Amino acid sequence: MSENILELRDIVKEYPVTSRVLQRRIAAVHAVSGVSLQVPEGATFGLVGESGCGKTTVGRMIVGLERPTSGSIVFEGRELGKLGLRERRRVQRQRQLVFQDPYASLDPRMRVGAIVREPLAVQRMFSRSERTATVRRLLDEVGLPRDAANRYPHEFSGGQRQRIGLARALALNPRLIVADEPVSALDVSIRSQVLNLMRELQSRHRLTYVVISHDLTVVRYVSDLIGVMYLGKLVEAGTSEEVYERSAHPYTAALIATIPLPDPAYERAKTHTAIRGELPSAIEPPRGCRFHTRCPHAQDLCREVEPPLRAFGPNHVAACHFPLQEPVEEKTAA
Amino acid sequence: MTGEQAPVLEVEELQVDIALRRSTVHAVDGVSFSIGPGETVGLVGESGCGKTTIGLALMQLLPVGGSIVGGAIRLEGRDVAALPEDEVRKLRGDRIGIVFQDPLTSLNPTMTIGAQVAEPLVIHRGASMRVARGRAAELLELVGLPSPTKQLDRFPHQLSGGMRQRVSLATALACEPALLVADEPTTALDVTTQDQILELLARLRAEIGMAVLLITHDLGVVAGQADRVLVMYAGKLVEAGTTNRIFYETRHRYTEALLRSIPRMTTSREEALYSIPGQPPDLSRPPRGCRFAARCAYSTEECLAEVPPFVGPPEHVHACVHPVEQATAVGSQSQVAP
Repeated sequence: MSENILELRDIVKEYPVTSRVLQRRIAAVHAVSGVSLQVPEGATFGLVGESGCGKTTVGRMIVGLERPTSGSIVFEGRELGKLGLRERRRVQRQRQLVFQDPYASLDPRMRVGAIVREPLAVQRMFSRSERTATVRRLLDEVGLPRDAANRYPHEFSGGQRQRIGLARALALNPRLIVADEPVSALDVSIRSQVLNLMRELQSRHRLTYVVISHDLTVVRYVSDLIGVMYLGKLVEAGTSEEVYERSAHPYTAALIATIPLPDPAYERAKTHTAIRGELPSAIEPPRGCRFHTRCPHAQDLCREVEPPLRAFGPNHVAACHFPLQEPVEEKTAA
Repeated sequence: MTGEQAPVLEVEELQVDIALRRSTVHAVDGVSFSIGPGETVGLVGESGCGKTTIGLALMQLLPVGGSIVGGAIRLEGRDVAALPEDEVRKLRGDRIGIVFQDPLTSLNPTMTIGAQVAEPLVIHRGASMRVARGRAAELLELVGLPSPTKQLDRFPHQLSGGMRQRVSLATALACEPALLVADEPTTALDVTTQDQILELLARLRAEIGMAVLLITHDLGVVAGQADRVLVMYAGKLVEAGTTNRIFYETRHRYTEALLRSIPRMTTSREEALYSIPGQPPDLSRPPRGCRFAARCAYSTEECLAEVPPFVGPPEHVHACVHPVEQATAVGSQSQVAP
């Protein structure tokens, strides 16, 4: 694959928990605890995990809506934290976000044309007539009727609203789009329309996508590379074949096994509850491996020592003391 | 499956209208089905197809403007639709329980968990609060809530989504209903939590032997849970049959399209995902004929003329003019090019 357009280096995000009386910082929510990953240009990187695992926070840091507490984000070879205000504003155009909820992410009092035009106005790009022409082209591109520009979001269905969100994200001609649960709110028949559109747009504009989702079948379908997060940590990453067919981390394997498939024979034969219990608190994450409280293979070592990421293939890494696959070094040694 | 025993629920030609300011939506338009004792029936379809409206009609909990304008709903032989409100109230929470999608909005935020689970027992069984609380603890244990007696005095917001859904299940099961209506019970949950709740539901069904109407848009959930499946589109049933027949010997073109739109583990990145063009019809002015015709790749003049009747053996009926031929059914991911 080509060069990395985006690289996260050990990024951490903590939110302070303050006491109500003295407004003193008493603890921190460890939303993201040291995540490193690389996204090659033109690829789709899928980030999966349960709610509260930090995947959305990672997405928001990538587009600049949140700043990491520590660590760095390198975009097109430049470290975002070190850019001046003007530079940052310019680079901002290159990274856009598509939100999950097409009902909440579009201003109900703005016409669709104004919504799609707004990023151009904010960035002071183009003349008035050029902006109007751009809006028309964008609406065309995402498959919305011409007259959509003069209508309001409530006149559109969920799928069409997600098209509006895509048009808005494309307005500044970005290089990278972070799509946070882009189809979760949509019905099955509409979902595939939007996924197909995203694919077309990607090849036409050479876009790089970071797709965040809890839906593992959707992520598998759209992604070249996949990262699995658990409680603020990246526990496994690799190509989608590596992660799905040769899962090394028990959490990944369990997640994949729990997806209900539209196949009655398979579903009836399935043994349930690979993962027991609840997600632990992110204020006091478990010591050692964070997954040990729910892991069927956990041993004393897992409760004490945090497992490092080890290589399982050319692009494949996982952080587990007792992985389901042989790590690469051990294989060559044997 | 339903066989000799009298069905728990019989729905006959049910019609539900919802009056809006300027128009009337025919949300459910002539739906018939029945559920036998201990049987789980999956009701699937996309948003707006009327599946939730059916669930609410069974409970007589239709929103303002909604009313049953035709047909009958018989729960254990009694026509629920014809009963006065105070009689319906006696059934609700007693013979028929309901679990909604979002337990945060369906549980009362100002009541402790113990009080909510105990409430149906106090109201329907005249139990004292003390006895009911004891029973509530047992019910919470049944649904797998850890240290149930300690949870009795906690409030819904102190629990996670999965735990809250367990509490609403316990409340629905308190009086051992003959029928449980579960409307998207796991849609708001993570896959791992969903798996735990589905396993719980299956275990409870086996232990208590109640009938379940499982309303969902997720065909994967239905595949593992239901004995029979009803497929609904735009206010009407289009196909109904045993779960195996629906998935492996699909007949209706809508069911086929729905199954093909789901990305499978085997779908490669290179192939475009099958998608159904267009939008569902406006149910204030439903089209004549087959309601799926406008979006169907196989539709002809004949489809538009009149509503296709149900055909097929009792274990598998469909209302399609150009049904899928058996040999090319989608169930086993075979290619059916339109």
